[in-house]
Amino acid sequence: MADRELYFADEKALRKWKRRKVLSQIGVYTFLTILAIFIIIPFYWMIATSLKSNGEVSLPVPTLFPQEIMWENYALIFKQVTSFGRYFLNTIIVSFFTTILVVITTVFAAFAFARLKFKGRDTIFMLLLVTMMVPGEMMVITNYMTVSVFGWMNTYQALILPFGVSVFYIYYLRQTFKSIPNELYLAAKVDGVGDFKYLFKVLVPIAMPAIVTIIILSSMGAWNALIWPELVANAETMRMVSNGLMRALTSEFSQQVNLQMTASAIVTAPLFVFFIIFRKYIMRGVSRSGIKG
Amino acid sequence: MEKEVQTVQKESFVSKFKKYYQEHIQAFEAVLALAPAAIILIVFMFFPLVNTFIMSFMEDFRFVNKGGIFAFGHSFSSIGFGEYIDVLRNPDFLKALRNTSIIVVVSVPLTVIIALFISVAMNSIKKLQGVYQTIFFLPYVTNTIALGMVFKVMFSTNSGLINTIFGTNIAWLTDATKNGYWSSLVVLTTYIVWTGLAFKILIFLSGLQSIDKQYYDAARIDGASRRRIFTKITVPLLSPMIAYTVITSFIGAFKSYSDVIAIFGGGPNTYGPPGNEKMWITVVGFIYDQLPSMMTRGALSRASAGAVILLIIILLITIVQFLVSKKRVHY
Repeated sequence: MADRELYFADEKALRKWKRRKVLSQIGVYTFLTILAIFIIIPFYWMIATSLKSNGEVSLPVPTLFPQEIMWENYALIFKQVTSFGRYFLNTIIVSFFTTILVVITTVFAAFAFARLKFKGRDTIFMLLLVTMMVPGEMMVITNYMTVSVFGWMNTYQALILPFGVSVFYIYYLRQTFKSIPNELYLAAKVDGVGDFKYLFKVLVPIAMPAIVTIIILSSMGAWNALIWPELVANAETMRMVSNGLMRALTSEFSQQVNLQMTASAIVTAPLFVFFIIFRKYIMRGVSRSGIKG
Repeated sequence: MEKEVQTVQKESFVSKFKKYYQEHIQAFEAVLALAPAAIILIVFMFFPLVNTFIMSFMEDFRFVNKGGIFAFGHSFSSIGFGEYIDVLRNPDFLKALRNTSIIVVVSVPLTVIIALFISVAMNSIKKLQGVYQTIFFLPYVTNTIALGMVFKVMFSTNSGLINTIFGTNIAWLTDATKNGYWSSLVVLTTYIVWTGLAFKILIFLSGLQSIDKQYYDAARIDGASRRRIFTKITVPLLSPMIAYTVITSFIGAFKSYSDVIAIFGGGPNTYGPPGNEKMWITVVGFIYDQLPSMMTRGALSRASAGAVILLIIILLITIVQFLVSKKRVHY
């Protein structure tokens, strides 16, 4: 602050500048608060409605706060849709194994592209980056055939395997590996450390924050998966949360707005908890995707 | 050990050989390291890419399980552009193309501009920056279907929050007529902006934080106005991030599907209110509508042709924007 004051010729100019600054700060905070409210309203409305009674949601003028808090709505969801717990379990299973697969494929591939020398390395890598632009629908059509031919309809492998590699994460981790000084690699070479040993003893520990980010972002992905599971895993016992929720909203709860909101809140809650715990990693991973390399 | 005493010439041969061997060891290791990713990528990405492309040229393609995974294992009438012509004449596809274009044109500029203002505002404050950042990021970590349902409830005609606040009685999402088309666009746009801000704010904010403060100090000494600082310093220096965000959101918006499904809340093939279920069908929606009937003649080739057209559109957008940003973007 002090150095800024040097810019002004006299006291008057400084005071004028300070006053303008205060006014503009008030404006900025007002603007941000209004938009923050715009962001929060749907969350508030979801929770508020989820705790209302059947009678209260059909009032012509909605109440801002539930007159009587109906915690039992939350238990009712699992009672009315008995497979709701199953949807969660399926999602957790798929998310867990997809993430393991993603980490394995990403760490090795990123290592190969960042440190190993082989013919056509950069060409292959460019080719991979180009595929990021191809709409997933191109793959979905043939993969749907493949799953059908393999007899994998309504199996976990159909939900897991096609998502076992992420080109974006390979790119992300490769950049991280590349930013680790080459001297470490040369030193390891001199000491006679093999390439893979170097990967696990040096690169992986140093790049751990990036790997954790990948783990978190990848495990969140399953929570929002909708299209692919809808195609290949539509049996009651194989459904994932998004699909199960969609089904429940249009059948069991199609007439009960409060229970629709309760079910939505239940599906949103785990992601929220996850976000609050891993906020730093999630936001770093997402913002990193915007940096060009 | 004994080798060390040998002639210089031989030593260089040995080291040459060693180097050659080393390079091959790395190639061998690379094959090992890339194998897990490569297997999955080949089966579920590169092969499907080629296969779908081939299928799009097979008229009346008919899938049967025993035909295997390759396009050529199945029956089709002829090879040509027939399927493309059919798709481009299909009223549902044309509607999807129009709807998707409207969604893109309305939602992308709106989201980018609002995100830009929020980021600049957030960058100019010190207190509570973290709190605002967390709040604005929240929509990124939610379930599309769940929050779409919340928007549907908020915009419901009777006892809905929005109609109550504004004292209106608009049938936002339940009107099957032309009016309903535009009123549901309002809801759809609101939802897309609401969910899309988070990512863009994060990108812009990290870009803003990397701008050298000296530019602003210099501008202030010269007495530049706020607007001038914004248009002459902030926007040009942020242009790589803006270009990146615009390209990714254009592509993202062209692939819209879940947002539409989510706000109408009627299940996977419902893109509109009862009575006009295809009202807001999108290109991706058109493709997915074909898949469940994969065993019927022409369904998969129709889907494939649609997907290739989508790919071409995305490629064109990317190329055009690269050309534009080459002229405008300051790196």
